[in-house]
Amino acid sequence: MFDFISDYDDPTLLGAFWMTVKLTVFSGVGSLIWGTLLAAMRVSPVPLMRWFGTAYVNIVRNIPLTVIIVFTSLGLADIFGMTMGAPDDFALQGFRLAVLGLIAYTAAFVCEALRSGINTVPVGQAEAARAIGLNFTQVLSLIVLPQAFRSVIGPLANVLIALTKNTTVAATIGVAEAALLMKEMIENEAQTLLIGAVFAFGFVVLTLPTGLILNWLSKRLAVKR
Amino acid sequence: MTSVLYDAPGPRAKRRNVILSVVFVALLVLLLWWVYKTMDDKGQLEWSLWKPFTQSEAWTTYLLPGLADTLKAAALAMVIALPLGAVLGIARMSDHRWVRIPAAVVVEFFRAIPVLLLMLFANEFFARSTDVSSEDRPLYAVVTGLVLYNASVLAEVVRAGILSLPKGQSEAAQAIGLRKSQVMTNILLPQAVTAMLPAIVSQLVVIVKDTALGGVMLGFTELLNSRGTLAANYANVIPSFIVVAVIYIILNFILTSFASWLEGRLRRSKRSTGAVLGVEDVDDLNAAEVGGTFGTGAEK
Repeated sequence: MFDFISDYDDPTLLGAFWMTVKLTVFSGVGSLIWGTLLAAMRVSPVPLMRWFGTAYVNIVRNIPLTVIIVFTSLGLADIFGMTMGAPDDFALQGFRLAVLGLIAYTAAFVCEALRSGINTVPVGQAEAARAIGLNFTQVLSLIVLPQAFRSVIGPLANVLIALTKNTTVAATIGVAEAALLMKEMIENEAQTLLIGAVFAFGFVVLTLPTGLILNWLSKRLAVKR
Repeated sequence: MTSVLYDAPGPRAKRRNVILSVVFVALLVLLLWWVYKTMDDKGQLEWSLWKPFTQSEAWTTYLLPGLADTLKAAALAMVIALPLGAVLGIARMSDHRWVRIPAAVVVEFFRAIPVLLLMLFANEFFARSTDVSSEDRPLYAVVTGLVLYNASVLAEVVRAGILSLPKGQSEAAQAIGLRKSQVMTNILLPQAVTAMLPAIVSQLVVIVKDTALGGVMLGFTELLNSRGTLAANYANVIPSFIVVAVIYIILNFILTSFASWLEGRLRRSKRSTGAVLGVEDVDDLNAAEVGGTFGTGAEK
């Protein structure tokens, strides 16, 4: 019943899902960094940075991820000649372009998750901290950020799970990940339902543990108010 | 401006803010100049590439029909997914385990799966098992994929909307002797629908964005797909991308603003219970939080 799976070796079924995992990890780390920078801008005391952060988030969130990913290939690579350090290796180039697009898009959601986390800390906490004589660095590192980080785990977990699902969009520029392999298999093989079930199962396996672990963590660490 | 992170700025902080602003502007100008330079070097600022967008042909032949297909798919998906989602959401709150558990499994399953997989599967299913013509198939597949995914998200929206109502509502209804189904249809649902409106409108943004997937992977002639045809005709890849992105931004910005306006209006309204499922809740519901419900409106 599962014989046909071994007919595919470039990539194999596991190889395709491994690519999905790689896309998720690289874009996850990248968007966490870029998203944190954006969030820092959005809550900074400098009005211009706040303005830039807001504009970035509102623009990027309203563009379909597909448009961004396709643009990295047809626009950045083909027209502007950005080869992402791999001018000859098109598979690697496509992978890096997809990661770039995913970072640009996901960072906007990371930024919003972080900002909402900071917003859950009541102003009274900082006021009380200043009243007992803590200085700015102490207020931030001892009082505000520890509370903000804890309340941010839940929303960030949601972003990570959404990112895992969004990596399938990389199939639009030919990155050999799970959705592209599924397209190829389902068009060539007779077992439509079985192929659908196999790939659906793969994504449930990827998202279920992440969701359960991070959900448990966020409940455990939540600041009870 | 004070926030939890910093005080109202004093003279020293004001000076520092000015310096930071100047540095930031310099960086921003450098970036913009680099973008301008690259565009200019690759000849993407030539007027001939932008001119088509000032004439009606590019709009009537490519962009507007594409936009119409995008809106058609999004509207169809929403209209079909909404009743389906309502049924699933209510079923998930049933007192009977044999109704509640299957509904929960269906909802969690379809939320855990990327919408692209659902579209690809639907496309192949329609090709093999039905006689939908190959012209209509992309639309059917896109709408089916969107419906399966969004019905399960909307089921959670409905559930969160009903849970967001004050407990007194159902208690009072039970106290005057209404049956379970009457409590749901006469008391809870009408109020929940109002509370859900902003969330439903912002879910429409997600649907509009997801239609673009069908354009690239299934050849559905929506906006992004039409951009390809347009660019092939006028050889203006970058300008066409910019114009299409702007159309998406304007469309989704209108929807988001409308949702926020609705939310504000409902929050201020004196006639309702004040329960609202906001725009921000939708982001959380779209991530499949398998097995958990952090961040649903129900907890707020």
